[in-house]
Amino acid sequence: MTDRRLSVSLRQSGPIPLDVEFACDSGEVLAIFGPSGSGKTTILRTIAGLYRPSHARVRSGSEVWTDTTSGVFTPPYRRAVGLVFQEYALFPHLTATSNVIAALGHQPRTERHSRAQQLLTRVHLSDQVNRRPHELSGGERQRVALARALAREPAVLLLDEPFAAVDRPTRRRMQDEIDDLRRTLDMPLVIVTHDFGDVVRLSSHLLILEKGRTIASGALAELTSRADLSWLREAVGLGSVFDAVVGTTHRSRGLIELRFDGGSLLAADRTLPQGASVRLRVPAREVILATKPPEGLSLHNVLVGTVSAIHTDPAFDHVIVQLSVGRVLLLAEVTRDAVSSLRIESGMRLHALIKSVSIEVLSAHGRDETN
Amino acid sequence: MDWAAFALSMQLGVATLAILLPLSLALGRTLAVHRFAGRGVVEALVALPLVLPPTVLGFYLLQVFSSRSVVGQVFASLSGHALAFSFEGLVLASVLVNLPFAVQPIQRAFESVPADIREAAACCGMSPWRSLLTVELPLAWPGVVTAAILAFAHTLGEFGVVLMVGGNIPAETRTLSIAIYDRLQAFDDRAAGVMAATLLLLALITLAVTNALSRRVILRRD
Repeated sequence: MTDRRLSVSLRQSGPIPLDVEFACDSGEVLAIFGPSGSGKTTILRTIAGLYRPSHARVRSGSEVWTDTTSGVFTPPYRRAVGLVFQEYALFPHLTATSNVIAALGHQPRTERHSRAQQLLTRVHLSDQVNRRPHELSGGERQRVALARALAREPAVLLLDEPFAAVDRPTRRRMQDEIDDLRRTLDMPLVIVTHDFGDVVRLSSHLLILEKGRTIASGALAELTSRADLSWLREAVGLGSVFDAVVGTTHRSRGLIELRFDGGSLLAADRTLPQGASVRLRVPAREVILATKPPEGLSLHNVLVGTVSAIHTDPAFDHVIVQLSVGRVLLLAEVTRDAVSSLRIESGMRLHALIKSVSIEVLSAHGRDETN
Repeated sequence: MDWAAFALSMQLGVATLAILLPLSLALGRTLAVHRFAGRGVVEALVALPLVLPPTVLGFYLLQVFSSRSVVGQVFASLSGHALAFSFEGLVLASVLVNLPFAVQPIQRAFESVPADIREAAACCGMSPWRSLLTVELPLAWPGVVTAAILAFAHTLGEFGVVLMVGGNIPAETRTLSIAIYDRLQAFDDRAAGVMAATLLLLALITLAVTNALSRRVILRRD
């Protein structure tokens, strides 16, 4: 496997302020998340060579694409970059197939057509291939854009707000498709988004950006289980994200068992098959803490863990308690009053109570989308 | 009908286009795509022939063409004859006069190609040349054709500058529009009328074609 690590470091004071540094390895999905106008797209454009900040260093594997210190700049057309534009930017005068062929200039002429068909099949578009962009739906356009980005055999795949132009159901379907696709790709993937659903669904790593500055960055599970990330709490609410596998399914009760590294949870779901891998998000506001095992409750999920961190913020009335359950870190948002009356402190054993309907289950495979 | 004048007008039109089109493509695309210091000055210079009286333009061109100027001397030493009152001089004058008619439609056409489409071409691995040929020109071609037709028609009709720098030399500088004036002076209304009708017809065809093309551009933008 070739080293395809993407490392980026950007700095400039204006016109678009930037101060970021990150790396993304092959097989990782880095989500750059932040409000609009935070400079997310500018970062992608810099990686592609479409924008030149005053101080920048972009490296892909052993190749230096941009280095303002030594004056290195590789023009976009010589960078092995696959970029899916926000509005897709398909060539309006070309059919879907020809749009993909346009990015196959490095292949022998005779093989381009069949290669384009393969790529379009790979993104689940094989019957509309002779249509032009304006005859395609939003989702179909995105598939063409994706096939075109992959056609170049890029060393890095960049997606700029990939679902901004499609409706909700299409968005969910395309998230699943991209998630399937990225498992087969041997390259770093960078997604820019302002929708936290995209982040939770697709990314392995997260970089939070505000006004061109990094608020926090790291592995998704690590960042979402941090008790002290006020920015995230204010923007989307805290909630640990972790992966699990579907165990026993209880169709008649409408419940499924989700096994994770440290225990299992029951969640409300009728569609997921046994063995499916899923991603969970447990909102911190939905977690109740108890010092003793509760009795007589209409509740399925009681996890036992030890307090690993407590975060109090003077500007905020609630307290965030981090509980380690096996290898998973859960967050609970409770009142100051609860913390003092239960005498919660680090290292204490606590019971976490979670309603099965409040667990957000994001499927990876096997979800029947018609339900 | 002065067929020699008709042939000369056609030759002048073709020769003008041969120089003007590549020049306008380069200039029009640069003005549409790049932001650089002095861009406004270039745009103003290109538009100058639209507002400048043909006699003023002709006067300055004659100054440049004269054997006392560097341009005139270089040309004379290369070709053996003066630039003023020659077909070559006429072509040069015609290119300058037609610059706005060719550059402006081409610039608008390239401006109508969205920036992200151009960037997508680069991200597809296309060199600037390949991007121009396979993406930008196919999207901008109605503007380019409009420019060519406008410039050609305008060359046929140009009178003032042609008379100033070319005079009225049969088969050398006497174009159709000069010939009309020439015939009218000689009270040959019939010949002038036939030639005037020819130019009118050409003008009508020009307008019809350019209108159809500009509608095509608008439709394509949907």
